[in-house]
Amino acid sequence: MIRTEELLLNVGPQHPSTHGVFRIIVKLDGEIITEATPVMGYLHRGTEKLAENLNYTQIIPYTDRMDYVSAMTNNYVLCHAVEKLMGLEVPERAEFLRLIVMELQRIASHLVWWGTYLLDIGALSPFLFAFSDRETILNLFNELCGARLTYNYMRVGGVKWDAPEGWIDKVKNFVRHMHGKLDEYHALVTGNEIFLSRIKGIGKYDADTAIAYGLSGANLRCTGVKWDLRKNEPYCIYDRFEFDVPVGQNGDCYDRYMVRLEEIRQSLRILEQALEQFPEGGETMGKVPRVIRPPEGEIYVRIESPRGEIGCYIVSKGKAEPYRLKFRRPSFVNLQILPKLLIGENMTNLITILGGIDIVLGEVDC
Amino acid sequence: MSEEENKPGETKPEAAEPAEAASPRPAGEPPEGGAPAASERRPLTEEEKAARRQAAAERAAARAGAARGAASGGAAGDAGGPEAPPKPPSPNQPLLDRAVQLLREQIAEDAVVEAWINEPNDHLPTLVLKGEYWPQAARLFRDHAEFGCRYLRNMAGVDCETHMEVVYHLLNMDTGRNYCVKIRTDRDRPSVPSATPVWETANWNEREIYDLLGVDFPGHPDLRRIMMPDDWVGHPLRKDYVPLDPEV
Amino acid sequence: MQHYWDRPLTWGTAGIFALGAVAVLAVVIVFVTYAIYFERKVIGWMQFRKGPNRVGPFGLLQTVADVAKLLLKEDTIPAKADRALFVLAPALAFIPSFLVLAVIPYTRHLQFADLNVGFLYYIALSGVSTIAIVIGGWSSNNKYALLGGMRSAAQMISYEVPLVMSVVGIAMMTGSLNLRDIVEAQQGYFWHWNFLPQIVGFAVFVVAAVSELNRTPFDLPEAESELVAGYHVEYSGFRFAFFMLAEYVYMYAIACLTTILFLGGWNPPIPQLDFIPGLIWFILKFLLVVFFLFWIRATFPRLRVDQLMGLAWKVLLPLAILNIFLTAAGMEIFGARG
Repeated sequence: MIRTEELLLNVGPQHPSTHGVFRIIVKLDGEIITEATPVMGYLHRGTEKLAENLNYTQIIPYTDRMDYVSAMTNNYVLCHAVEKLMGLEVPERAEFLRLIVMELQRIASHLVWWGTYLLDIGALSPFLFAFSDRETILNLFNELCGARLTYNYMRVGGVKWDAPEGWIDKVKNFVRHMHGKLDEYHALVTGNEIFLSRIKGIGKYDADTAIAYGLSGANLRCTGVKWDLRKNEPYCIYDRFEFDVPVGQNGDCYDRYMVRLEEIRQSLRILEQALEQFPEGGETMGKVPRVIRPPEGEIYVRIESPRGEIGCYIVSKGKAEPYRLKFRRPSFVNLQILPKLLIGENMTNLITILGGIDIVLGEVDC
Repeated sequence: MSEEENKPGETKPEAAEPAEAASPRPAGEPPEGGAPAASERRPLTEEEKAARRQAAAERAAARAGAARGAASGGAAGDAGGPEAPPKPPSPNQPLLDRAVQLLREQIAEDAVVEAWINEPNDHLPTLVLKGEYWPQAARLFRDHAEFGCRYLRNMAGVDCETHMEVVYHLLNMDTGRNYCVKIRTDRDRPSVPSATPVWETANWNEREIYDLLGVDFPGHPDLRRIMMPDDWVGHPLRKDYVPLDPEV
Repeated sequence: MQHYWDRPLTWGTAGIFALGAVAVLAVVIVFVTYAIYFERKVIGWMQFRKGPNRVGPFGLLQTVADVAKLLLKEDTIPAKADRALFVLAPALAFIPSFLVLAVIPYTRHLQFADLNVGFLYYIALSGVSTIAIVIGGWSSNNKYALLGGMRSAAQMISYEVPLVMSVVGIAMMTGSLNLRDIVEAQQGYFWHWNFLPQIVGFAVFVVAAVSELNRTPFDLPEAESELVAGYHVEYSGFRFAFFMLAEYVYMYAIACLTTILFLGGWNPPIPQLDFIPGLIWFILKFLLVVFFLFWIRATFPRLRVDQLMGLAWKVLLPLAILNIFLTAAGMEIFGARG
């Protein structure tokens, strides 16, 4: 008597495509997934607990390591939260520098996502191309603040290092170069038949599901909801610049792909405008007391990181250390929809869908 | 213990002054009577716990008084004390008042424990609700046309030493309005009704708060640890957490 | 070589056959060594980087070093694996790949064995490797390997059919399955080579051949990003080397077959160039096919398993059948060499 059984397969935590130490326990019926249970916490380092013993400037390096692919936005969310709570003014030059590095970081993060996503799908070359461009960005950051991945660049009240001589011109060159590269990438990959058949129609969900699950970033915009914190709840100096918010329609992996690539283009647009308006001189740090002691109270700020809405909730009791510091991490919240999307899918589509959500485990686990 | 209040009793009839959580306190303010400093973590004695509970209750009473005054929409008169001139009413004050009113009408008279405007946080209307009314209140927040908060932005658990708090930040995407809702629960057996049936976002957030702070969420479909290993003992983010292996 | 086959078998002729086999083996091993090297180099150049360039001058000894490493590794067999099958699978994968090389004609006079059913011999033997892959996947006692083995079996069986049927047109035009005769029938200018009259068959053959080789875009059985190396995940050391060797020897065989069937074998593109020996032409065409395989590997993403099967049965097979009808119709209208 022939009998078929369900297979329990463990994807991860060591696996080339789970983008970090992430484990999914999958129940397979042949090649179809009947149930998927994510297990995480392999990278939990207790950042929030550690923060309760450190003063705010000491916490900034820890934020770098949460979403390590997009460290500048993490730095910013913490600094912005403290500045808002204390009512500090950030000087013009510092704001411009912050905006420039955040947009460069967005491009770098999307390039990593693009390269690794295509590597998961099987194309070997775009990974190398994406990283070659990202090298330019990392070299720019290296010149600016001495680090390539975990920058520790922003401080409460401004930024730590000023742009060296000629740095702004190098960024301008990069922006010019990247426009052409983006067109090349579209020509190489986006029209490819095999790629389209792998991506279109996979992992679909509608706007109501996205809102109920609290998705943000490209995961939300691919369903047609036009919600980008840089436009809807402007922070830094984003309200001075003109840019569009790319929005998809179908809520599938293809739309997420296209939204993210379009976001690179819009970031380049913002960068062009910011570099043109870059102030000649100015301070890089505002008037900040020597010991940063926010008044008693609490605050929740959020910004648009490449992955979605990253938020920082601080409860302060008037001391130099936060009483409670909580980060609202976009990858953690976005990942919740994974078990729902995977039911009834192929094993191969698991990788496609997981890659499309764009998670970084450092952020999921914090 | 009354030196904690910076709202002397005379300002209670001064209706319009919103009681703000964010009013700055002098930096040198001594901490609540004799509490252990952050660096020593010995468990609180019974008197210290009682003292804290009383201080918290008095603060709550003061704020409730102000909220009652705010809810009845009193004028911004400078009736009472010669203290600091009253601040102009926050632009979101009407939102807060309407929220309190709706909750009182639709849920229960005592559903709202406190309500104030959090000024540094873009004048965020902040409400403290009673835990037992939370499931209905959550539904009201999501479905009522005037709230329409379909997006749960953030959920955090805070271990205030006298009680546990779970904070929800809600967003109405169409109008861009934000609300902050807090549910307080006691520390020994903390329990807050789960919001997962209302906003699916709450699912893993509640698991994280359960894992790290020990708050139970009845009504959650699958409440188990998420960050720590399944057989971990204790809740690491609590203030009185003692790790099993302190030398590590 | 052929006249040795016609004589009765003696120690002398057996010795000659053995030497011939060793010669072919030597050529193939040298090819595999440098095919691996050039694959890494070419794909590297296409990705803006240099490939291996440290080990030996220009990195030419890289594969030698890799093979030496593989041979020196510990021979691990998973605890609950089926030992006999686990050991059998790599050998079973390699042996048919080597056997099929017997019928490949390099020039008019250079061929190991001239079989009248040369092409059929090739197809029959290459099917045995499918069993080897399934055995490898099963005996590893690993779910990933099993999934990979099953996928591979499904894939290879599905693509055998269009592969064979696309050649039927050539067999009809040539009137023989003998590989030498097929090449002889393509004499003349390059438009007499079979890839033009049989363009549909050529397209189907190329796609099916890439799939038979388990190469990108059809490399599901070894999809690194999903199944972490699929059916050979538990193999290490020289057993893994055998699987890799089998894959590259098949690449050699398919490239030779493509050259013979569709690109005119040892015939020059224009008869005036026949002062260049036929072997050189053969090698050039062969290298072109191999380069093409590297090129697609660097460029395309991977197909999903259901799309792959759909492609084989719903697209390639009907095209191959269409090709047969068109060839038959063409032959009726234009005559056998139309």
